[in-house]
Amino acid sequence: MVIVNGVKVSEKEKRQRLTQEKKSRNISAWDVVKISRHPKRPIFQDYLERIFTNFVELHGDRAFGDDRAIIGGFAQIGNQKVMVIGHNKGKNTTEQIERNFGMAKPEGYRKALRLMKLAQRFNLPVITVIDTPGAFPGLEAEERGQAESIARNITEMANIEVPIISLVIGEGGSGGALGIGVGDRILMLSNAIYSVISPEGCASILWRDAKFAPDAAKALNITAEALYKLDIIDEIIEEPTEGAHADYQQIAANVKRSLLRNLRNLSNISVYELLEQRFEKYAAMGKFAVD
Amino acid sequence: MSWYTKAIEEKKPQKKTLWIKCRGCGAHIWASEWKQNLSVCPECNYHCSMTAQERINLLFDKDSFHELFENISPVDSLNFNDLKGSYKDKIEANKKKSGILESVVTGHGKIKGFSVVTAIMDFRFLGGSLGSGTGEKILQAANFAYDYGLPYIIFSASGGARMQEGVLSLMQMAKTCAGVARLNKKNIPFISVLLNPTTGGVTASYAMMGDLNISEPGAVIGFAGRRVIEQTIGEKLPDDFQTAEYLLEHGFIDAIVQRKEMRDYLANVLSYYNR
Repeated sequence: MVIVNGVKVSEKEKRQRLTQEKKSRNISAWDVVKISRHPKRPIFQDYLERIFTNFVELHGDRAFGDDRAIIGGFAQIGNQKVMVIGHNKGKNTTEQIERNFGMAKPEGYRKALRLMKLAQRFNLPVITVIDTPGAFPGLEAEERGQAESIARNITEMANIEVPIISLVIGEGGSGGALGIGVGDRILMLSNAIYSVISPEGCASILWRDAKFAPDAAKALNITAEALYKLDIIDEIIEEPTEGAHADYQQIAANVKRSLLRNLRNLSNISVYELLEQRFEKYAAMGKFAVD
Repeated sequence: MSWYTKAIEEKKPQKKTLWIKCRGCGAHIWASEWKQNLSVCPECNYHCSMTAQERINLLFDKDSFHELFENISPVDSLNFNDLKGSYKDKIEANKKKSGILESVVTGHGKIKGFSVVTAIMDFRFLGGSLGSGTGEKILQAANFAYDYGLPYIIFSASGGARMQEGVLSLMQMAKTCAGVARLNKKNIPFISVLLNPTTGGVTASYAMMGDLNISEPGAVIGFAGRRVIEQTIGEKLPDDFQTAEYLLEHGFIDAIVQRKEMRDYLANVLSYYNR
């Protein structure tokens, strides 16, 4: 028996208390990375089922094919009709393979852009849901213009004439995330990450060994909290203490509330103002010195 | 030992580069011939990298280039430290090594009489990586082109986004593309010249967004790294994968232009701008 805060507890209880305290007070960036990749973490389709109704999926990029790693279509949230587009990881191995683990190819980004332009045509706000390790690094992706497709999305999203809300629910993997991520508002779940490179990738370049990933994760400032402090994201959506996987209903409710509030706030802005604000938002990003 | 030290000291000034070893074919070329041939190998046509200043001298009319936004430089806003030290120290070392303050030189000037705004990346500065300062300069130059209605030419040579600035560097992709998007709205031409190498976040943002995308022979241009792709697909990639020639074949660039013809090529294209 040991004494903790004046109360007699067993060794086992003490250990449990300590881990719980560590979790709530001081979880490392690497812990967050692990939570963001947790196999039971809710994915885009979980939010689609719980938050949205009347989902009309739209397929294809009209040029090459239909990428299952990004899906999208018309949907309704509360009374609001929107276009929702997101990275589509799987729940099991079969789904993961079919959806390429949420790693999109050029046709995925081109489909996303097609749907955003369609949203503009229909005057519907766009919600993009980000959850990808990164754009697919493969031969055919390069061949068909992975870089060009992401570049075009980023460029054209600057002028899409409807509000765009980008929500990072899990992994925000570099250009693959930004390819659908140029929103008027960027929201992040409290255990999601957003990074210029995976911690493993960064560690293998700058530390010469991927096993330093936890150090890289810390240095890269990839947690929602760090990015909020850096003025990159606009809002953190709180997850249950152990992570979003602990309570699907709770996290879905929190996400829905936040999306509806942000949709409301963006609904009364003129197109001119909206695009000006979007330009200014991204123009202001970055920190540099002027001598 | 003084005779020994003295001998070394005397020898030092003679250590002048007489030969350049071509990185393409390994041939040894006289330094004077190398320079005269614009750092292009006379044996194999390998286009070696150039500094931003060398490119200005090569392409712009004499004394026409005026530098803009030259006072912008990087800061270590994340206090980024890796095994080899701090980003802060790297910034200082790179400033000293290259004599410039960021990985891009921006300005306006004339190419055979045609006025343009330009941003020229310099691979010597942190591998030409896209940091916050780089993004700011590229956007400011785009805004300058927008305000004065001048064509914008970006010469890219970059390893991609600058990891030491975390997501701040990723967001420079959105920031620079926002500048390009504004030019599109006003029908101002944007010419992107992709030099060896242009990879990662720079390829996946402004470098691929030119109304014309042009390149030099043999330039490596790609999104994901070659080794990463080989690991993913578990097989070796063809030799010409991610070269300018490969991209031309797949429809992503308009032309491959020899370095000695670049000035004439750009002037000719600019002569068609009729607005």
